[in-house]
Amino acid sequence: MIKIWSMKKNEEAAAKKKPKTSAAQIRVQKDLTELDLPSTMTTTFPDPADLLNFTLTITPDEGTYIHRMYEGGSFKFSFAINTNYPHDPPRVKCLQTIYHPNVDLEGNVCLNILREDWKPVLNLNSVMVGLQYLFLEPNADDPLNKEAAEELRRSRDQFLYNVKQSMRGGQVKGQQYDKVLVQ
Amino acid sequence: MAAVVNGNPSSGDWQDRYYDVDQILDRPGPRTAHSFMAGDGVKDFLRNQCKILVIGAGGLGCEILSNLALTGFKDIHVIDMDTIDISNLNRQFLFRQKDVGQPKAIVAAEYIMKRVPGMKVTPYYGKIQDKDDDYYMQFNLVICGLDSVEARRWINATLVNLVDPDIPESLKPLIDGGTEGFKGQARVILPTATSCYECSLDMLNKPTAFPICTIANTPRLPEHCIEWASVLEWPRVQGDKKMDTDDPEHINWLYTVASARAKEFKIEGVTWSLTQGVVKNIIPAIASTNAIIAASCCNEAFKIATTSAAYLNNYFMLIGTEGVYSYTFEHERREDCPVCGGESLDITVSRDWTVDRLIEMLVEKQDIQIKKPSLSTPTKQIYFQAPPQLEEATRPNLEKKVSDLVPDGGEVTVTASSLPFSLSLRITYS
Repeated sequence: MIKIWSMKKNEEAAAKKKPKTSAAQIRVQKDLTELDLPSTMTTTFPDPADLLNFTLTITPDEGTYIHRMYEGGSFKFSFAINTNYPHDPPRVKCLQTIYHPNVDLEGNVCLNILREDWKPVLNLNSVMVGLQYLFLEPNADDPLNKEAAEELRRSRDQFLYNVKQSMRGGQVKGQQYDKVLVQ
Repeated sequence: MAAVVNGNPSSGDWQDRYYDVDQILDRPGPRTAHSFMAGDGVKDFLRNQCKILVIGAGGLGCEILSNLALTGFKDIHVIDMDTIDISNLNRQFLFRQKDVGQPKAIVAAEYIMKRVPGMKVTPYYGKIQDKDDDYYMQFNLVICGLDSVEARRWINATLVNLVDPDIPESLKPLIDGGTEGFKGQARVILPTATSCYECSLDMLNKPTAFPICTIANTPRLPEHCIEWASVLEWPRVQGDKKMDTDDPEHINWLYTVASARAKEFKIEGVTWSLTQGVVKNIIPAIASTNAIIAASCCNEAFKIATTSAAYLNNYFMLIGTEGVYSYTFEHERREDCPVCGGESLDITVSRDWTVDRLIEMLVEKQDIQIKKPSLSTPTKQIYFQAPPQLEEATRPNLEKKVSDLVPDGGEVTVTASSLPFSLSLRITYS
């Protein structure tokens, strides 16, 4: 056997046990404790001992007037991190039915870094900032809610009206949306 | 001929079984290490003492087991959590049609023992995570032929954690083979001494993922239709029911849904096996790639176990997609590797110290320069600087005694923005 060890057996060796913290666990600790979020985003842990499942609440209010289309709303996303993080991205879903070009009625979110562009160098902060960006700049070119995307392209004013209507818990084109207004 | 003498053929062996292998083991060469014990010494170790663990008894595993048995390793353990599927039989040559449905580890072990005299192959049908440190401590070497990143990360971290500087044999060389179609890699990891699996995590190919908006709106490929069925339709229609990619009924459902979608968009090519391939992320396995990579892995195992030649330093890649190209290089350790990098520190504190006092000490420590550290044990949080809810939840711990939260000799993981990754503290009490 190569020289890094002697060939003698050491019976005591097996008795010595070290606890281990998994790489995923350390990485999540690092990501969470170094979150640098604006006041528009807060995290909530249903079980503070479980770092792998939590909710992110976004209350968009930043940006110029034109970007304030989702102002006044409070949008909740569930985060589920598996033990293969950061090789696997976190699984993120919107917990409410909302009217947004990049979020479908099931809560699926179209954000490139959550799927095809995820890399282990990205972190929870990047994902959260990415999600907030969707509320400041909804993207009509990558739609999940096609009607919302078409409306945004066709008439920005009508789209803004629909957003307000949906956020109040009203209907848009026969579809019922959840009330997300905080005031 | 007489029976067993140090490492010489046992009674059941065929004649001249080790003739070729012994050409290497009977005398030192110009490149053998000083510690090489030519002749009986090395043969005795290889054939009577060395215990090797093979993780995975699939495409690579079958090749590895047969290679090891034929080069003279006698005491092999093999772990695999899978059962044999009919589609394995074209390349996993230790299995026959009658074995379909049986555990791979058990069938493979029986086959090797039946075929090669004097072998002791101990199978375990289950997960590597079922076994503890004591189990892994008994081996001299570990070879992996796995198809899962997660399992590799686990065994890598386990072997890195096993290393105790005071016990030389706690360092178990890990030889990791992997194949993907015509490409493959073999590497030698000496936990804590060379770069580990986690160090190279960012070199991995991303699993193919299509933008969710493409699969939702503008499918062009049969794969888009299958992803639509599994990513969007399954949770919508089946609710919380978990998709099991090993359940043929689930694959059937996905296949039916994907086919309907494909028809609607006039896309051709959705088949049952493509459906299974896409949802299980299967890349066609090539028998010859497995054979090359397994050979490389076993060659390394043989060299490391016998010191008969220099071993691979430390990464060999094979690209067989266009011709046969291979490249060997030394993958370097990452200082900020969450598994083998980072600092580790033994500190001794008084049993009366509070967590607050410990944090103060860490912040003041000149040689580590930590600002705002967050602390946890493998099972619980001690103090988190953020996010606010966790800071609040852990704040009461600041007043508690460290000795009430961490056992003597216990590990504390410290993260801070000023640290490249983390710091591992081993706490003992004065």
